[in-house]
Amino acid sequence: MDMKEKTPMTSTTPVTEPELPPEPEDTELHAPKINVSAEAKIEEKQALDPDREPKMRANNVAVYYGEKQALNGVSIKIYEDLVTAFIGPSGCGKSTFLRCLNRMNDTIPSARVTGTITLDNEDITSAAMDVVQLRARVGMVFQKPNPFPKSIFENVAYGARIHGLSNSKADLAEIVEKSLRRAGLWDEVKDRLEESGTALSGGQQQRLCIARAIAVDPEVILMDEPCSALDPIATAKIEELIHELRGRYAIAIVTHNMQQAARVSQRTAFFHLGELVEYGKTSEIFTNPSQQRTQDYITGRYG
Amino acid sequence: MSSSAPTRWTEPEMHKRVRRRYASERRFRAFGFAAVSISVLFLAFLLFSMGAKGLGGFVQYQAALPIDFGKSSLFLDPATLRGPDAAQTVAGADLETAISQAATAAYGPDAAEMFGDAAVNVLTRKIVADPNILTGTPTLWLPVGSKVDVAAKHDADPASEHLVNLLKSKNALRSAFNMEFLTQSDSTDPSAVGIWGALKGTFLTILVTIGLAFPVGVLAAVYLEEFAARNRWTDAIEVSINNLAAVPSITFGLLGLAVFLNVMNLPRSAPLVGGLTLALMTMPVIVIAGRNAIKTVPPSIRDAALGVGASKMQVVFHHVLPLALPGILTGTIIGMARALGETAPLLMIGMRAFIAAPPTGISAPATVLPVQIFLWSDEVDRGFVEKTSAAIIVLLLFMLVMNGLAIYLRNRFERRW
Repeated sequence: MDMKEKTPMTSTTPVTEPELPPEPEDTELHAPKINVSAEAKIEEKQALDPDREPKMRANNVAVYYGEKQALNGVSIKIYEDLVTAFIGPSGCGKSTFLRCLNRMNDTIPSARVTGTITLDNEDITSAAMDVVQLRARVGMVFQKPNPFPKSIFENVAYGARIHGLSNSKADLAEIVEKSLRRAGLWDEVKDRLEESGTALSGGQQQRLCIARAIAVDPEVILMDEPCSALDPIATAKIEELIHELRGRYAIAIVTHNMQQAARVSQRTAFFHLGELVEYGKTSEIFTNPSQQRTQDYITGRYG
Repeated sequence: MSSSAPTRWTEPEMHKRVRRRYASERRFRAFGFAAVSISVLFLAFLLFSMGAKGLGGFVQYQAALPIDFGKSSLFLDPATLRGPDAAQTVAGADLETAISQAATAAYGPDAAEMFGDAAVNVLTRKIVADPNILTGTPTLWLPVGSKVDVAAKHDADPASEHLVNLLKSKNALRSAFNMEFLTQSDSTDPSAVGIWGALKGTFLTILVTIGLAFPVGVLAAVYLEEFAARNRWTDAIEVSINNLAAVPSITFGLLGLAVFLNVMNLPRSAPLVGGLTLALMTMPVIVIAGRNAIKTVPPSIRDAALGVGASKMQVVFHHVLPLALPGILTGTIIGMARALGETAPLLMIGMRAFIAAPPTGISAPATVLPVQIFLWSDEVDRGFVEKTSAAIIVLLLFMLVMNGLAIYLRNRFERRW
């Protein structure tokens, strides 16, 4: 939990000078207001029907690691044409929640999840749900770029191959090209598909991981702080990519960078101490949050 | 120094402390260098003494022997020696007497026993290869017996010394590479012994060991590390495996005797049983090395594979195992090297028998190199001394080749992944 590191603010006015900038992107973190892109606002209006069916719906989800409760009563909706950002200080449970959405928490023996999570109204937490198929439908991009120590081609082809999505070599090559194009990496790697994926730069590796995720044609893509290990330029490329992918895939992204959340998302969920404090339109969360804690966090009074 | 005062980095006390630190580092490096030097020295001594003693085993003295086949009582007709049974027919003839008579005729009565079994073997092969020599009086180069061989290489009893001098004066003694040693098997006559039977036995035994211990060990490691639930049972299994790896090898020999020979009634002295016994001994080592190698595969790779929807099995066999393979192979090399040099457990299952022919299969009687070395080192005849060292050289070379192959494989996999 981040509570210990939190320094009580004596002044009520937001701090303007960056005291402890942890990352280059975070230098503007303490700015009083964060600009939500105009484009996002317009698109949001178009997709603002509150009654429509979400792609994924979490209802009263709680997660325990052994005796310790990491997440408590989270209810959230993820729409297929929107990017949903999860923000909050370290240890607030946002990554834990993200990992519930494709049941990656299953790999932790002590983890226990209660509540229901649905994908297209199908309960994914039930034992009847096939985890392998679920993870193909709900792809994931991790915090640290983790390409397989294989060739670039193999990295992208792997998912399609194990799920039997291609009938021939030409088919597979087409899937690889399409995925790399969508991930904005094709032009950089088309001449060296046989080189190792680990030889790419950090930003390229992360885009390779995104290409790998979209090669299996998922419905939802989960991104767990995809830019935290990247420099600002690589980060910008990934954000651009997220913009392009929106509409084709439902996207949920965990980020420490509130600027990033404001830039890329249309829905934002603020987590704190294992609770969902506030969930709503990104524009409202960043301009007019209804909760005091949200207000404090986005103005830089936490963490 | 009080804690509140600033550290004085420039005062002499501090310089002294830094010097002490450097001095201790230099001492440590000197110790390390000394340790490495001592091991190199021992290794050099081992190789030198083995080489000095053993290289003689690869050299064989041959003497020229004029044989008048007409006078000998062999009763062999070249015409009957044209079929596949020729070798058997020749073996049935009394070549030993013929050689003895010829030697007496050529070099006097002292030379009657200068040739041994090796000469008989060589002559047999020469007659089979070319039966026509039986019709003439050829002079053949035949390997001398052990006594004369030892006398030619070192010094021996006066009679043999005299014979060597006589042969040398007649230009009838030469040294040659001892092909017999590499192609023949055990014998009671040191001039006729060879390593081939033991080498083939070792090869077959190791084949059985690898074929059993590697897949079972690796799969056990994978199962324990990736699939088995963590509970009291797996803890107990882990402790047992760690203990098994440290059990003295002769205990495995007793186990092999009790289970494979007495209960399962498998043939004695067979590479099959030897391989099974050594596999039991090697498996714990492979399991431990395999588990450690699997543990070091970064979790991010597992996450990545799970994230695209790979099943547990696919994660293990497509990603974890290939990445762990170099480490697993390292453990396997160590285990195999140990199995290769093992003598004690094989004595227990009857591989110390006198086997004069190379094994024809994994269930035929055989012996292995270390046991052969042990047996020869026990022999009284002086001719066996250099054969023992020569066999050790062969064993070391075999081990070197096998380890080299394993290291080559390991590096190949490391490059690929």
